[in-house]
Order: sequence, then C-alpha cells, then structure tokens
Amino acid sequence: MSDVLSVRGLTVTVRDKTLVSDVDLTVGPGERVGLIGESGSGKSLTALSVLGLLPEDVVAAGSVQLTGVDHELIGADERRMSRVRGRHLAMVFQEPMTALNPTMRVGDQIAEAMLIHRTVPGRRAARAAAVELLGRVQLPRETMRAYPHQLSGGQRQRIVLALALANDPALLICDEPTTALDVTVQALVLDLIVKGVVARSSALLFITHDLAVVATVCERVLVMYGGRVVESGPVEEVFTRPRHRYTEGLLAASDLETNERRLTTIPGNVPPAGQFPSGCVFRNRCRHATDVCSTAPSWTGTASTGFACHHPAEVTTHA
Amino acid sequence: MRRLNPSLIAGGVIVGLIVVMALVSFVWTPYDATLVNPAVRLAKPSWEHWFGTDKFGRDVLSQIMVGSRTTLFVGVVAVGVAAVIGVPLGILAAMSRRWAHELIMRTNDLLLAFPALLLAIMFGAVFGASTLTAMIAIGIASVPSFARVIRSGALQVMRTEYVLAARAAGRQPFPIAVRHVLPNVTSLITVQASVSFAIAVLAEAALSFLGYGTPPPTPSWGRMLQESQEFLFSAPRLAIFPGVAIAIAVLGFNLLGDGLRDRFDPKLEDRR
Repeated sequence: MSDVLSVRGLTVTVRDKTLVSDVDLTVGPGERVGLIGESGSGKSLTALSVLGLLPEDVVAAGSVQLTGVDHELIGADERRMSRVRGRHLAMVFQEPMTALNPTMRVGDQIAEAMLIHRTVPGRRAARAAAVELLGRVQLPRETMRAYPHQLSGGQRQRIVLALALANDPALLICDEPTTALDVTVQALVLDLIVKGVVARSSALLFITHDLAVVATVCERVLVMYGGRVVESGPVEEVFTRPRHRYTEGLLAASDLETNERRLTTIPGNVPPAGQFPSGCVFRNRCRHATDVCSTAPSWTGTASTGFACHHPAEVTTHA
Repeated sequence: MRRLNPSLIAGGVIVGLIVVMALVSFVWTPYDATLVNPAVRLAKPSWEHWFGTDKFGRDVLSQIMVGSRTTLFVGVVAVGVAAVIGVPLGILAAMSRRWAHELIMRTNDLLLAFPALLLAIMFGAVFGASTLTAMIAIGIASVPSFARVIRSGALQVMRTEYVLAARAAGRQPFPIAVRHVLPNVTSLITVQASVSFAIAVLAEAALSFLGYGTPPPTPSWGRMLQESQEFLFSAPRLAIFPGVAIAIAVLGFNLLGDGLRDRFDPKLEDRR
C-alpha cells in the first residue's frame, strides 16, 4: 500500500532565511510516526506546511502528497486546501486553552466540524455524532452545552481531539498535544489519541520534544535539528542505538537514571533561525566535529532508517 | 462574576435616566413642548415652569425632555451607520492579504483626517438640513474610528489558535469572519459604540447650533442652545439647561464606554 503522507524535499523559507531544508518524510497507513527536536528545529513548521497554514511571508517549496487527495498540497489554493483540511488531514494544537472559540458552545463546535465537510446528513445527525465523539474521549453528553471556559485544559484537549477525529481523517497531526497539560492527564490524552487513530486506522504524525511520549505513542521516529532531519528509524532502534551525535546528546539529556548528580546537557544553544552553520547544522555544538563537518553530511541508510553524520556513534557502544 | 466598576455604574445610571426621560416624554411632558404661549415668554423658573420658558413661551423642561428623543435617535442611527460599515471593513482589513489591508486602512486614514462636521455641513448643503442627513453624515464620519478599533481586535483574534484550528478544520474565510472573529470582537464594538454615541450627541448639538441639524419645530438640545444666543446675558438659563443636558449625556456615554472597556479588558483588572 502506498504512503498516507509523502513529503519530498520540503524547504521552508522566510525572506532570505531558510527555516526547514530538504525534509523527506513518509507516513504509512495506520503508522504512528514521531517528529522530535528542540524548539526552533522546524517540526511545527513542517506540520504547518503540510496543512498549508504557514504565515503570509513564510514560503514552502517541495512536494507534499496525501492519500485520497489528487493534487499536490504545496502551493494549492485556499479553496482546495480547505476541502482537504479537517477532512483528510486534521490537526491537534499545543495550547488547548486557546484552541477553542470562547464564544461557541463545545457541542456546536464539534458538530460544525462535520457540517463543514458535509460528512453527516444534517444538523441533528451532526449533534448525535458529536455526542458519540464526546463519549469516545470520555466526556459526558452534558459537555455539549458547555463553553470552553467552563472546562479544564485536559477536557478541552480531549474536545480538540474529538474535533480533529470527527471526519475520520487519513492523517492526524498532533503538535505537542500534551505539553501544556498536567502530567496526570497527559497519559489519558495520549491514550485517547492512540485509541482514536487505531480505531479509525488513521495515520499519526506526532510532534513533540518529549522522548518518553514518543516511546509510548510512536512506532517510528524522525529527529529534527536546525530544520533538517538528522536521523530516523524505528523507535527502539533510534532510542537504544542512536547514530547521529545530536540524537545521542538528546537521549543523554533525558536520561534520568544517570549516576552523576548533574543533568547532562548538550553544550551551547540552538542558534537563531537562519544562523545555523553550513555543512552539518550541529557541528558548532558537537564534541566530535572535525573539518569534514563543514561539508553537508550525506544520508546513510535507507529512506526510512538512517542518519546524516560524518562521525556516527558506534553501534556497539550503546548496544 | 467580576465586580462592577464605578464608571460603569455612573455611566449606566446617567444613560438609563436619559433613556427613561425620552420614554416618559412620549406619554407625558409638563406642557406641549412646541406650544407657543406669548403670555409667559422668558419666564423665570417657577413651580409652573421648573426650567422657565423661552422667547416663545415654550416650556424649557418639556423641550429638554422631548429633545432627549432627538439626541438618542441621532446617536442610535449614527452609531448604527458607523458600526454597520466600520465593523465589516475592520474585519475585512484584518483578514486581507497585506496589500489589500494597506489599501483599506490607508483609505480609512484619509477619511479619518476629514473633519466630521465639515462632512455633515456638506451633506446638509447637498441633501438639505434634516436630522436624518446629519445622522448619516455623523455616522459616516465615525466609520474610520470603528474600522480602526475593530481591525486591531480582529487582528488579535486572527492570531489565536482557534482561528488556526478553524482553518485547519477546513473553514472558509467568510464563516470564520462571522462565527469566530465577529463574536470575539463584540466587546470592542460595544465600547466603541458608546464612545461614538457621545461624539454623535455632541456633533448633532453642534450641527443644530449651526442650523444644519434638526430643523424647527422639533426640539433639539443643540438648537435650544442656538436660540438662547440673543438672551445669553438677560436669560443665561436658556443656554445653561440644554448645555448641561448635553454635557451630562456626553459624560454619561463616555463613562459607560470607559466602564465597559475596563470590564472587558482583563489586562486592566489587576491594576485596580
């Protein structure tokens, strides 16, 4: 079966700055793929490019194909994109406190999601479907009449999820969906996301900086740094045997079982957009960097599993 | 429930009293406001005529009461015209691409620079002086300030995640404007309306004073002021009563606007 989402050579620029360069990304049917990286690594921009929702002066180039949509998504006009968004492709945003319209009842917002694409015959059917969707995210039917300010962050994020899943999209994109939530409700929301996509056999593209979340939710992972994909592969492969030095640092930084009292960090900071070094984008923070790193490292491995590094970690060291 | 602030209460009470006065004037006034009675011309305030009478012997209190109808009517129509044109314009500007946005707002600035009274006098000269032309001219002159305020509010709403989410759900621009942007700028509309109302009341008074507003015999506070001119030294009360009425009405609407703004703006809440 062909891929649900296929991104080829995606490059995002604002004026003369390149924010995302040459990103290749595929998501298979029913596959759950994680996209990890620090703030400013270009993960959210990648998602917004797929949806065609980049700010006015930010331009995407490359190719984005989605199953069930017979046209290229990059550069498609608003009219065509609005038929794709919410129908074939849905998104859960980071901030549940602001992702719902404060002046509309929750039930109306969910029903509207279906009425936009006429996936239900009428208003009455839409409301019935909305009640059912609320049940799926474990919210009582009384929630239909509530306004967003009457609900907690976790409840709102479940409503945002219900909204996103309303039309059984082929692909669900979640951009840090649990970052703004209490730890206690994070697990519930993650569980509902996975159950939701599995029940619909939808594919999932999950954006986060939380490695533990990726490990529980995703099957495959892509690591982004400086607007590039630096490593990809199955979750257990990448997390136990990282090859790229950035991935290695990221894993060391989130390793809480270290014997040392100090937390391990990656030296330096993520440079501001457009000021990443030439060649390997990570070389100014990498302990293994040499002269050869000033040339861009080529991709080693297959399209779905591989890395881009001149001095990869030895496979045996972490085995 | 947030506590009501003093200016909201004061403004609400003043505006409420003016509305009640206007309503009462429909069923009862001490005298017929247009009844000419030369026997009592220029009478001083007394038990028979609380505010005295004017040069034609008309009861000033009755005229003030009936005049409040004109004042409110002018305000409502002028603000209505301004809101009906200004609000969609502001939202359109906020949702447009950069060049269209600039075009709308620069045209708006051009209109903003044009004096409202001059526009109203032009209208009066072209279409004939009447309450309606005055109101429409004042309304049109208030469009730019409406458009400007609503645009800034709509720009904020356009940057929220729920608008992004609505777009991500496949919503077209027009439904987003009606269902997402408009309901979230209503507080701004309310505030701007009460401020524009005060300006409209003042403008109507000024126009009537100049003879381009409400024609006689319909009582209007502005024209009462104009007619009192020749008695400014012999009977200053004829200027004082309508003058104070105008001042109180303008104060009331401004207080109401300020109060509403404080109430709707969460950023100001902590500072009180």
